[in-house]
Amino acid sequence: MSGRLRLLAGPDLAAGAESLNSHVQRLGPLPSTGKALVEVIERSGLTGRGGAGFPVGRKWRFVASHGGATMVIVNGAEGEPQSMKDRVLMATRPHLVLDGALVAARGVAAKQVAIVVGEGHTQAYAAIAAALAQRPEPVLRQARLLGAPARYVAGESSAIAHFVGEGVARPTSRPPSPHQSGLLIQNVETLGHVALIARYGADWFRSNPTVLVTAAGAVTAPGVLEVTQQTSVREVFGLAGGGPRPIKSVLFGGYFGAWSHADGAWDLPIEPAALRERGLTLGCGVVGFLHDAGCGVCETARIMRYLATESSAQCGPCFFGLRALADATGRIAERGTNPDDLARLRRWSEEIGGRGACRHPDGAVMFLRSALDVFGTDFANHPPHWRAKVA
Amino acid sequence: MSSDQVLRIDRIRCDGHGLCAEMLPELVRLDDWGYPIIAPGPVPKHLLAHAQKAVAGCPVLALALARGTKTPR
Repeated sequence: MSGRLRLLAGPDLAAGAESLNSHVQRLGPLPSTGKALVEVIERSGLTGRGGAGFPVGRKWRFVASHGGATMVIVNGAEGEPQSMKDRVLMATRPHLVLDGALVAARGVAAKQVAIVVGEGHTQAYAAIAAALAQRPEPVLRQARLLGAPARYVAGESSAIAHFVGEGVARPTSRPPSPHQSGLLIQNVETLGHVALIARYGADWFRSNPTVLVTAAGAVTAPGVLEVTQQTSVREVFGLAGGGPRPIKSVLFGGYFGAWSHADGAWDLPIEPAALRERGLTLGCGVVGFLHDAGCGVCETARIMRYLATESSAQCGPCFFGLRALADATGRIAERGTNPDDLARLRRWSEEIGGRGACRHPDGAVMFLRSALDVFGTDFANHPPHWRAKVA
Repeated sequence: MSSDQVLRIDRIRCDGHGLCAEMLPELVRLDDWGYPIIAPGPVPKHLLAHAQKAVAGCPVLALALARGTKTPR
């Protein structure tokens, strides 16, 4: 297994952005697809790779049948701190992303393309800008390239639409959802797969779907891998060079994800159905490893603090609720466990979910509930310490 | 008997004034920070008039009645 199967195949990633020439020579010219591609994408079973995992074909069908799209928005905000895969794809295979944007625009009859890249991802931004200048297609020559603020919720789809439309990278109330307003928003990895499906077809994709994952935490070589969905967590760990110590728990999907005991997860394939059975999702593709000397409570407290500060402070239950959850988790981590905070965490994590304009609070409480589940005994017996970061 | 209406809150508009919980305690309670938690499901018929008053009473127009049977997010 190479870890670079389809999207990342081709020249060495360290060489930076692949040129248009090399891209076309390697993959062949982009076929002139039109609206018929919607059906091909539907058949391919491709799901969105930004985190929510929504079926791409169904989204295109919805947008196309509701008056068509006005704009395709390429989402390369990648606000998830542990995820690297979107910026690596943009920095090394920019033309694959642009191909995907182009055929998506043709598929849903959109006249405009906007590309949003996270502000800190300078290499990715430069690669996309340079690649755009090499493209002859009018819709790409006229495409807007924007740098999104480096905030966690800036990548949420209504926030992306808000940002492209009005320059404010904050989520908006639904309805209408961006897709009801004629905006087709897709993650950059999703569009990379679209570009390959446009060339090789739905059956080719279905035969062996791949996914970009970011291996993070207690591994020797953290970073981006492209693997098949049949790859087990054990194999991901191996491909990332293994680690110095045995792994105790695995965080699937990054900060918007869920913890799992390593022994239960070790032989699980990172495939949507198998993960869903365990109440897990791969989300944005982060597989985080915590080794046996790490402290799950302290790690959780750190992440809850981050999620609380990343609330866009628009909805009360999210702004106040996540801060209270972070405070209570932090008190347990710092001063030791106490029954009052434990009871509050349980009650608040039931009350806060589903009560924001976007799903930021939902993700935060889902993450916390998984931590209370997996590190239950640690939460109940946590000594007053705040361990130095171990993973 | 339940109606075909559900209560919907615009979470961005809502500032936690809490009038809805005063006017419609049967369906709305407040969390620890004063923001409403709505009982799931459609508004029962006998509470519909009260729900309409609560909607009209919201000082920031964040509360609305919408057709449907499932409580929207």
